[in-house]
Amino acid sequence: MMRIDCPHCGPRAQSEFGYERTLDSIVTLDMPADEAMARLYARANPRGLDDELWRHGLGCRQWIVLRRHRVTHEIVGVAAFDPAILS
Amino acid sequence: MTRYSALALLRAGLTGQRHWPRAWRDPSPRPNYEVIVIGGGGHGLATAYYLAKVHGIRNVAVLERGWIGGGNTGRNTTIVRSNYRLPALHNLFDFALGLWEGMSDELNYNVMFSPRGALFLGHSDADMTALAQRGDALRCDGIDAELMTANQLRELVPLLDMSPAARFPIHGGLMQPRGGTARHDAVAWGYARAADRLGVDIIQNCEVTGFTVAGGRVTGVETTRGAIGAGRVGICVAGNSGPVAALAGIRLPIEAQTLQAFVTEPVKPMIDTVIMSQSLHCYISQSDKGGIVLGGDPDQFPSYAQRGLPPRIAQAAAEAIALVPALSRLRMVRCWAGTTDMSFDGSPIISALPVDGLYLNGGWCYGGFKATPGSGYTYAHLLATGAAHPLAAPFALDRFATGATIDETGVGFMPQFH
Repeated sequence: MMRIDCPHCGPRAQSEFGYERTLDSIVTLDMPADEAMARLYARANPRGLDDELWRHGLGCRQWIVLRRHRVTHEIVGVAAFDPAILS
Repeated sequence: MTRYSALALLRAGLTGQRHWPRAWRDPSPRPNYEVIVIGGGGHGLATAYYLAKVHGIRNVAVLERGWIGGGNTGRNTTIVRSNYRLPALHNLFDFALGLWEGMSDELNYNVMFSPRGALFLGHSDADMTALAQRGDALRCDGIDAELMTANQLRELVPLLDMSPAARFPIHGGLMQPRGGTARHDAVAWGYARAADRLGVDIIQNCEVTGFTVAGGRVTGVETTRGAIGAGRVGICVAGNSGPVAALAGIRLPIEAQTLQAFVTEPVKPMIDTVIMSQSLHCYISQSDKGGIVLGGDPDQFPSYAQRGLPPRIAQAAAEAIALVPALSRLRMVRCWAGTTDMSFDGSPIISALPVDGLYLNGGWCYGGFKATPGSGYTYAHLLATGAAHPLAAPFALDRFATGATIDETGVGFMPQFH
């Protein structure tokens, strides 16, 4: 069980949150098809740290960015989602 | 090697059953193999067995980081069935089911395959419509599927809560009589012993740490026990598909996630079929030892932890008790987790990779155990001939680029929702 420190709500149980996708798999509207395909379907899937997009669905319903270790589940960074990523 | 039989058992009884030889050798890696299979789970061992048995390729090594069958092969809920809705899936899984039926004889190893029937429950009119459609699709391809009414289920599984006030009302179900369970560890051991007998080297405690590639073609692997050359290399490592493919610089449409299973204290026989609810993702069966084996939802975020979240334990117990109230009196004695290789359409990938001579069998999500013999058979075909077995052809890696995904649940490319 993880405790996630939501930048908007403070520390909450992981069960309030839903994983969306990795940060490097976000596709923008003007992205070339090849790059969009690679982002949609090819994942690094590391046994280590990765940046992930989560949503606080049972809280503030905002997207947040977690930097999380996939073996230990340690969360080394939490940040509010920056919409600039989408452009 | 001793052939297992009643006579051999009697004979060994004369010396107190103390002198059985080891079931497979413990060889050191040779410098070169024709084919190397990475991963000594059920799928990898089956692949090596069929390479030797069907294709006559005996210069084969199976490299296992830990001990054979120590990953998902020993962590699943042991259910075997082939009742998928989509033809590409049910044809592959039913081919596997046919191999299950003859496996104990073929391997001379009792895998305790028990075709006790695999039952899907329907909890609403919509569920029953979907189950009827699924059953029709199966029967069109000659696969057994019987739509059952609520009254029939009452007789088949008297302990189900069929009352109108039930938390999850039961309207009926879809039964696959040929489905059932098998002894998961025995599958790994049986394939290991049979493959070893045909000359395959099973090398445990040997982790692959890199690939050697020359001129765009794989020429071998680097391991913790030294470099080993190979003509062809097949990756077959389930949850670790991503990290192993990354050693060759390849990114896959796979995310690793955690799936838990649970077992209660053993009791006398109370459930003699496999009960599944696709709507709840709840799986209930009774092992031959008597424990009630429960399966539930994956944790739905990437993880290699091999341990699951406590809320899933509560959820699985609550759902199972809602379906079979008598289970509330049992104590749960163990829970464990495996790392599932969740593909982006929920279907496996049996395919060549962009590096010549390198192949992948992975992405089985949480449904790989039942496919073990079919997965091994079709992967051996690919490794031996370089061409996909017709049953595995739809499961090529390029289906994501061409849009020919095989999405049984119809939820799109989000691996956590399959």
